[in-house]
Amino acid sequence: MAASYRISGAGRFSHAKVAKFSFDGRPYAGIEGDTLASALLANGVHLAGRSFKYHRPRGILSAGAEEPNALVEIRRDAARRTPNVRATVQELYDGLEAASQNRWPSLSFDVGAVNDAFSPLFSAGFYYKTFMWPKTAWKSLYEPKIRAAAGLGVAPDQPDPDHYAARFAHCEVLVLGGGAAGLAAALAAAETGVRVIVVDEQADFGGALRFEAGARIDGQDGWTWAQGVVARLKAMDNVRVLNRTTAFGYYAQNFIGLVERVSDHLAAPGRDLPRERLWQIRAKKVVLATGAIERHMVFADNDRPGIMLVSAARTYLNHYGVAVGRNVGIYTANDSAYAAALDLKKAGVNVAAIVDLRDNPSGELVDQARAANIEIHDGRAVVRVGGKLRVNSMTVQKRTGGGERTLPIDALLMSAGWTPSVHLFSQSRGKVAFNDEVKRFLPGTYAQDCVSVGACNGTDGLAASVDEAYAAGAKAAKEAGGKAAKSAKPKVEASEGWSRGMLGAAPGAGPGTTVKAFVDFQNDVTAKDIRQAVHEGMRSIEHVKRFTTNGMATDQGKTSNMHGLAIAAEELGKPIPQVGLTTFRAPYTPVTFGSIANHARGALFDPTRRTTTHGWAEKHGAVFEDVGQWKRAWYFAKAGEDMHAAVNRECVTVRKTAGLFDASTLGKIEVVGPDAATFMELMYTNPWQKLAPGRCRYGLMLREDGFIYDDGVVGRLAEDRFHVTTTTGGAARVMNQMEDYLQTEFPQLKVWLTSISEQWAVVAVQGPNSRKIIEPLVEGIDLSDEAFPHMSVREGKICGVPTRLFRMSFSGERGFEVNVPADYGEAVWEALWAEGQKHGACAYGTETMHVLRAEKGYIIVGQDTDGTVTVNDAGIDWAIGKKKADFVGMRGMMRPDLVAPGRKQLVGLKTKDPNVVLEEGAQIVADPSQPIPMKMIGHVTSSYWSENCGRSIALGLVAGGREKMGQTLYVPMPDRVIEVEVSGTVFFDEKGERLNG
Amino acid sequence: MLLIRCPYCEEERPELEFRNAGEAHVVRSANMAATSDEDFEKYFFIRSNPKGVIYERWRHIHGCARFFNAVRDTVTDKFVMTYKAGEPKPKKLPGVAK
Ligand SMILES: [Zn+2]
Repeated sequence: MAASYRISGAGRFSHAKVAKFSFDGRPYAGIEGDTLASALLANGVHLAGRSFKYHRPRGILSAGAEEPNALVEIRRDAARRTPNVRATVQELYDGLEAASQNRWPSLSFDVGAVNDAFSPLFSAGFYYKTFMWPKTAWKSLYEPKIRAAAGLGVAPDQPDPDHYAARFAHCEVLVLGGGAAGLAAALAAAETGVRVIVVDEQADFGGALRFEAGARIDGQDGWTWAQGVVARLKAMDNVRVLNRTTAFGYYAQNFIGLVERVSDHLAAPGRDLPRERLWQIRAKKVVLATGAIERHMVFADNDRPGIMLVSAARTYLNHYGVAVGRNVGIYTANDSAYAAALDLKKAGVNVAAIVDLRDNPSGELVDQARAANIEIHDGRAVVRVGGKLRVNSMTVQKRTGGGERTLPIDALLMSAGWTPSVHLFSQSRGKVAFNDEVKRFLPGTYAQDCVSVGACNGTDGLAASVDEAYAAGAKAAKEAGGKAAKSAKPKVEASEGWSRGMLGAAPGAGPGTTVKAFVDFQNDVTAKDIRQAVHEGMRSIEHVKRFTTNGMATDQGKTSNMHGLAIAAEELGKPIPQVGLTTFRAPYTPVTFGSIANHARGALFDPTRRTTTHGWAEKHGAVFEDVGQWKRAWYFAKAGEDMHAAVNRECVTVRKTAGLFDASTLGKIEVVGPDAATFMELMYTNPWQKLAPGRCRYGLMLREDGFIYDDGVVGRLAEDRFHVTTTTGGAARVMNQMEDYLQTEFPQLKVWLTSISEQWAVVAVQGPNSRKIIEPLVEGIDLSDEAFPHMSVREGKICGVPTRLFRMSFSGERGFEVNVPADYGEAVWEALWAEGQKHGACAYGTETMHVLRAEKGYIIVGQDTDGTVTVNDAGIDWAIGKKKADFVGMRGMMRPDLVAPGRKQLVGLKTKDPNVVLEEGAQIVADPSQPIPMKMIGHVTSSYWSENCGRSIALGLVAGGREKMGQTLYVPMPDRVIEVEVSGTVFFDEKGERLNG
Repeated sequence: MLLIRCPYCEEERPELEFRNAGEAHVVRSANMAATSDEDFEKYFFIRSNPKGVIYERWRHIHGCARFFNAVRDTVTDKFVMTYKAGEPKPKKLPGVAK
């Protein structure tokens, strides 16, 4: 198919390289360098999508990032379907597949367009008013229907197969925006030798020079000059030039987020390229050269395909070599449209007329237009247009009313003026100020070390912008430590420049209720909607915005905010600054989740910690469970065993002979120093001064509020050295609490804390045969009960390597915990395993560990306690040193509520039917026949089948539980009520004789 | 992401290396056992939560691991200054009008 709107000799790209693409299944041809928008326009296609709410046919409004209409889906394959891509920024590649959105069955015939006919129903505040009642219908009826009828693209339903990169960078001067101003600033800064990063969202640097045909700098046309500057910058070692890169967020202390689109423009990117690269940049100085965005005119049916911004049409002509029509009308309120008219005329496009809202426009450009025989209708407005899927006429009337004249056209270009892009400045928490003379918001009070230059600073004209930017770049670099610059600043010889224009609704916006004069194209907000919001009581622009959704689409109102504000201000009879401007927030343009999530996906989302026996456990049938970041062996299934069978076998084997368990994940802290015992007295409830070296004690740690925080066995290796263990999950926070008190409350104590969790691998050997298993491997430690009683610690050797050997038990059996340097963890485990085999020992996992400790009533902090459980609630008052003057939590645990009667206390729970195993977390009631909601008096904290007891066992927290011994309570479940008897917490070997058995 | 100056490392480091540790200059009684309910309430539960200048504890947890004090403006998030644990509340703040 011939690209019939391509103008030979115009544009900056070789016409030789053809890129084939499809839109809604129809094949087209464009050229490399095109955007999807320019390629569609070259083929005469304006109709690009349907609007969000009314399903109105929409064309291409702009040639840049501000595009609200031409949003399409780009499909590479089933998993790479990107919705809501702006056709104006998507670069064409050979084979590109695009589809329109929000239409059914087709773009030119869309059933949803009935919304347009029923639009009085869909006016501002419609959602708030219409679907308030009945409440339940919102979720089941209204919302799904509305979502189906209104909306944008469809999110892909498969995981994103692309990968994304991330970089951090530092620089002295960061220049955001690569138009003439940005390049001048970057050049000035770069020549001082400081590190400079210059960024632009487009494929090529140059900004407005893409369309400003009249610019001449340093003896070259503007565009050529810009490319020369880019080449010079790229050749400098201290400069990084980033194209296709959007500065989306400006954060505290000159921290800027950028997204570089690395491969979305390539036909076959390959796997070695990331799709996008996230840059996080810390800059000493930031130069904002973000330019300005043209506004549309607000009049009836201003959204018809074929109606676009003047600057867009000029960009398509001068940059891409594409005419947007053959007979175009122009509707303007400022001079910039005249330059476009002249360019179009020169390229052979007929300009039907320039309709200028101003009376008697004058100036060089106006004279040139007259000299070129272009009709100028001044003091007039376009009040109406013809055509639905494509504009075909414009109707012109005097601004003050009177006779109408209709002119046939095939495209209409409009310009209400230019809005400085203060988005990033506003994100930096700078305050904008309204300049009443030129009716625009400009950077006012700065909050960070940045400076605005050029059009975004309200500086009119290329020469003034380049001068300002060059000076600002040099100053920023000098302040950041740069040397005096060597070269001369660029000299602008010919320039275009304009300002002014108009804000708000033009006469063609009409007062009626049926006229649709769009302010916000993407969210389908009309001038009438804004007026209605004011009539219904909205006073602040923040309220108007939320009521109408003006400026709340993904384009963040780049073209609509100022119009909306002006209409609201006019309706309120207030000056614009009193109505306010909404704050701009990141991101400037939409950012993919992929670039933010970046590498933190799947296995890289969180570190995985494995113990030294992980590989051995894998080979021996271990099933693992996640405990925080740790992978812990849960149980070791033999052939044919399910979890239940494996755990039963492990539990019985440990008590019958012995078992090996990897306890390496326990937190371990070495507390060392002359004041170590004093410090331990303050951190733990227990007394430590009199604990003899070589002995161990169960330690209990509270928070200052008196609730249980952590626990673990502590061994005193020497007068001045404690080996403290913590829970697996509590290791980091216990270390933090200790450091906090040591550094800030008790800094006078001579104590040093070292985390040794990962230095020592720990093998628990538990069971009546445990001593026989370790005995042949241990050197230098007398293992007899007399020399090495329960709750002792010795240093010696095992398998020839150093060990800290603990005699302790979390199973209730005679037991040892063998600590060895982690490098030897697996070897020592293997040696112990070999010895264990001689005695019929098993390896066991965390589930058996849990069952065995529950049989003995040993609590697990974080399972049987939840941060609201006191020492007394847990029934372990014996762990408190009664004679101590102070410890963390001592005062907290005396608070009235913590000593009041009726608190929940830890008790045992035996189901009346021994075969029923309770559900952990199940609620407990005293009377199951009371009406719902029942009064809950407690809950189950631990519950298991105990093969050793031949029945189920459970622990629970029950209000006044210790006074309810022997009483029957009830656990209501969805299908039945389970009867339980309150019991003591020890289910097995109540006297504890087996510790020495 | 903020930059925070660690008074021990004597350099500005990214916020990621630090962790906030609550309000500063909340004094733990040397005689906890004799502390009244009212005083314990003030010590443990009551925090100033100001709009404006706040005195906070921070920890350079992924750096030197030291706790220190910082003066920060809760409106702008800006750090006014940082100083070592145990040093008195600064009387004069650089760049703060009040
Ligand atoms: Zn530090």
